[in-house]
Amino acid sequence: MKIRLAVASAAMSVALATGASSVAQAGVLDTVKQRGNVVCGVSGKVPGFSVPDAQGVWSGMDVDYCRAIAAAVFNDASKVTFRPVTTTERFTALQTGEIDVLARNTTWSFTRDANLGIEFVGANFYDGQGFMVSKQLGVKSAKELNGASICIQTGTTAEQNIADFFTANKLTFKQVVFESSDEAAKLYDTGRCDVYTTDTSGLAARRTTLSKPADHVILPEVISKEPLGPSVRAGDPQWANIAKWALFAQINAEELGVTQANVDEMRQSKNPDVRRLLGSDEALGNERWGLDRDWAYRIVKLVGNYGEVFERNVGTKTSLGLDRGINQLWTKGGLMYAPPVR
Amino acid sequence: MSTTFETPVLAPPKASRSPWRWARENLFFSAWGTLATLSLALLLAWALPPLVKWALLDAVWSGATREACLTPEGTVGGGACWVFVKVRFGQLMYGFYPLEQRWRVDAAALILALGLATVLPLRAATQRAAALAGVVIGGLGAGWLGGPVLGVVVALFLAGPLLLARDLSPLRRLPAAARVLLAVGLSALAAGVGGVAFGTPKAFGWVALVLAAGLFGWRFDSLRAAGLYLLGLVFPVLAQALLSGGAYGLPFVPTEQWGGLFLTLTIALTGMAASLPLGILLALGRRSALPVLRLTCIGFIEFIRGVPMITVLFLASVMLPLFLPEGVGVDKLLRALIGVALFSAAYMAEVVRGGLQALDPGQREAAESLGLGRVQTMGLVILPQALRVVIPGIVNTFIGLLKDTSLVAVIGLLDLIGIIKTATSDPNWLGFAAEGYTFVGLVFWVLCFSMARYSLRLERTLRNGVA
Repeated sequence: MKIRLAVASAAMSVALATGASSVAQAGVLDTVKQRGNVVCGVSGKVPGFSVPDAQGVWSGMDVDYCRAIAAAVFNDASKVTFRPVTTTERFTALQTGEIDVLARNTTWSFTRDANLGIEFVGANFYDGQGFMVSKQLGVKSAKELNGASICIQTGTTAEQNIADFFTANKLTFKQVVFESSDEAAKLYDTGRCDVYTTDTSGLAARRTTLSKPADHVILPEVISKEPLGPSVRAGDPQWANIAKWALFAQINAEELGVTQANVDEMRQSKNPDVRRLLGSDEALGNERWGLDRDWAYRIVKLVGNYGEVFERNVGTKTSLGLDRGINQLWTKGGLMYAPPVR
Repeated sequence: MSTTFETPVLAPPKASRSPWRWARENLFFSAWGTLATLSLALLLAWALPPLVKWALLDAVWSGATREACLTPEGTVGGGACWVFVKVRFGQLMYGFYPLEQRWRVDAAALILALGLATVLPLRAATQRAAALAGVVIGGLGAGWLGGPVLGVVVALFLAGPLLLARDLSPLRRLPAAARVLLAVGLSALAAGVGGVAFGTPKAFGWVALVLAAGLFGWRFDSLRAAGLYLLGLVFPVLAQALLSGGAYGLPFVPTEQWGGLFLTLTIALTGMAASLPLGILLALGRRSALPVLRLTCIGFIEFIRGVPMITVLFLASVMLPLFLPEGVGVDKLLRALIGVALFSAAYMAEVVRGGLQALDPGQREAAESLGLGRVQTMGLVILPQALRVVIPGIVNTFIGLLKDTSLVAVIGLLDLIGIIKTATSDPNWLGFAAEGYTFVGLVFWVLCFSMARYSLRLERTLRNGVA
């Protein structure tokens, strides 16, 4: 979910004007190696994506993505500095080099790619806006929500999406806006409104906090495309490639059945795709790639494949309890597809 | 010649203290009073029982996991879950400051408390005890950290300026010049030993501090002046070294690991310490006869007062890095600190200006007619009176500043508010936001209320002319 503030766009236009000068001269990879850690901009406030626990240990989808980069570069998944950035400052932080990679459940969109001097390297989670209603309403589809009052967090794309959806379906609604999602969910729970809407990942997380989670149902309609993905500063193809393939390696590993547990034996596999991914034979990347042939092996060994990361952070066994849904592999009917390593 | 007799002053008659009378005088003194009392009582009867039930009676105090707080059906609800606050308590206080290093924050807080005790108007005995404890603890602490040599150096160094204090020093019979000489000698000895032991570049710093101590002691030879000197010049350096580390065997702790109440207080105290002197200078500048100086000060004050704090912070965190050349990164916390300090300085300037204006011009004229120079008139006559008048305004600005620090959460710093937002997003602890914010609100209330009470006491003390 992206928060749109006028200030943010002002900051972005300034960023754009000075963007040319802030393109790094020394490669990011060299800087990172010299510094000894990857600085990763995260949210710190999105359950399942990036949150520190009571001991200060970070976990989440975005966190594990950053760990994958650290594993590829340093053979040590802990060499990451997590820096919480807000929605308004996240792109500036990336442009100025304060952070090396932005993994902050940020929606990949045209204007961001085109205007900000940053480069999205893929989507590590396909999200979309959904609806939660009480079972008592007996509603089976969002199209039956005519005249409903909707609890919604203000200042997000969600407001626009709702208006678009209801207008397109010639329905009326009454929106009840709140500053924070905590507040919106709490008021929905007390019956202040009929519907609570946010990204489906957030809906699942919020449902666990309601007084009677079983009495609420998430409707099947997803009314917006929110491909959440990491991004890097434009102008450094080497670093962009590492960021891109850190994600692709995890997806490929899942597709090829390589897991954290079996990665060592899989290195001896007869399957040429697996051998190429794990660098069993010769290195495929030359010096412009910048990492040695074991890079993907280290990612899987130290962090795991995409499926493992998903299940660990947001999957059905966690308190968020998300199904893979469209985040399933393309071979199983989902959207997760990575170019081959060859 | 007539004789005057003094009638003995009698104690006022003891007021009757029967509860019934008290109630009639305070609660039911008129029809409107009765109405107000009754409606307030009704309001309390309506609001208080559920609150007490939630916060105390039904609350869960023991346990370590989310499960301890769930209802038998496995859902969130019922009483408050203080376990959540308990589990996160360390983080709420220190942020992500490494667990085994948190004593450094405590140590800095202790030093600060001792330092403040010597500066703020308290009883003389308390001040002396605090100063003595400061020397002993400082020496022992430094000795434990950096070996006996450093311990001796620090103890000598601390003792130097304190010896200057006429009101504390065992050498108070000596003439001022002799004491200054002795203190500078002690500090110089400390600097010499320190310089030899830890290499020359640092020795220069020590020597500069020694000279500053000497100058201070020459002009204002009281314990408060010594404490002020140590707090204002030495403590920032010391605290920075202690909290950031990276030397004397202390591991480096980057500022992004700072957080919680510790960060809130760091920002607030830095803002207070910087804004008072800056604000005084700005206020004087605004009343200056020099047009350039005056217009600059007016421009600064009116610009800052014309924009919201959040804009200043946003500028510091988002815009500033874009204007700096590539590779010149200023620490995010430092940027915020400067922003907060400048912001509150502008408000402080106006408070101080109010005090200056309230002062009768006769004061200045009288001081000048006594032959006092401009600086002396300002420092000895005008400012002490002007500042005393505006204590409520100054404390008001301080309280506002403390609460405004929570705005740094919007630039991604994890102060008390930022850290509670993070904590309530933990997937294992979703749904306990009310407890978190209640706790944070309570912490803020305690801080602000104690500041307000202290300010009242300060006003009383200063009015009685004790301090």
